[in-house]
Amino acid sequence: MSTTGPPIRPTLGELYRGFLATGARGFGGTLPWARRMLIEERRWLTEREFIDLFSLCNFLPGPNVSSMSVIVGARFHGPLGSVAALGGLLTVPLLTILTLAVLYQRFGHLPGVDAALRGVGAAAGGLVLATGLRMARALGRAPRVLVFLVAAFVAVAVLRLPLVPVLLGLAPLSVFVAWLESLAAWHTRS
Amino acid sequence: MSPLVTIAWRFAVLSLIAVGGVTSILPEVHRVTVDVHHWLTDAEFTQMFAIAQASPGPNMLIVALIGFHVAGFPGALVAAGAICLPSCTLAFLVERVWQRFRGTPFRRAFEAGLAPISVGLMIATGWLVARGAPGAGWSAYAITGAATVLMLFTRVNPLLVFAGAGVLGLLGLV
Repeated sequence: MSTTGPPIRPTLGELYRGFLATGARGFGGTLPWARRMLIEERRWLTEREFIDLFSLCNFLPGPNVSSMSVIVGARFHGPLGSVAALGGLLTVPLLTILTLAVLYQRFGHLPGVDAALRGVGAAAGGLVLATGLRMARALGRAPRVLVFLVAAFVAVAVLRLPLVPVLLGLAPLSVFVAWLESLAAWHTRS
Repeated sequence: MSPLVTIAWRFAVLSLIAVGGVTSILPEVHRVTVDVHHWLTDAEFTQMFAIAQASPGPNMLIVALIGFHVAGFPGALVAAGAICLPSCTLAFLVERVWQRFRGTPFRRAFEAGLAPISVGLMIATGWLVARGAPGAGWSAYAITGAATVLMLFTRVNPLLVFAGAGVLGLLGLV
């Protein structure tokens, strides 16, 4: 599918429907579907714009894809656009999850359901591990990356520390070291 | 305090610290809901995670399941709203100033600094979920390991892996 050509400016209704489709398809993570919809199918963003948007959403708190929908909506139609995009993204997942919640409440105690979910739970843990490891691979093996990655893992998974102090302790330090590294790189270049 | 109020502020705070997406706060959701408030058992947490993963949409909807478990439909809506609105409002506001920082060393250092922490937290989540699998024994760890390898090295649809794991569970093998 061609990804060239000028980006297209959606209407409010198109924003809603585009993100509705994204939310409805996003099994096991919505991000790949959002990328496909925004760049390939509807051409609302260029590849470059998507990468910028992704790195912005990556350091914003909250679910990546919902931040993304809010920002894409805002770019085209301001606050109303944000509401349309986020509303579209959440419609199908919310209805699905509420249906599942009711079913789980009614049938969750049945031995078959319990046993099946036990299997799915183990596999779901695997999906998260695989995603994390894949992202780790993409980050490279610089000592700084490894040190902070392992520190975050150990603090939360092994020591079971609360997230806020872990973030407040590690994030400024990590950003500072990254900043020093970029200074060093800049000096070597010039 | 009404459980709805507790749900609202707990998840609203979580919403604002969920750097790198909701997967990175799942250990904290686990700590708050299982260890602090005793709304769920370890086993129930992992089951809800399984349901949230196996349904479409952002994984954050696990909080809607937890809200429903604690306080019915109002609980689910309050939880979903609380996890979404603060971070989305922030996204809307930040978007307006963000363009100014494009290409600056500050922005690059910020991204480079936060990335390994986000990834470490994501791996921690997978670890905690796999360990929390109800009555996790060697077979459950084997499924987690097999699923990890399959999804790391092949392009198989995760839903197929979930379905296979569900069938193994039904057969009593987990």
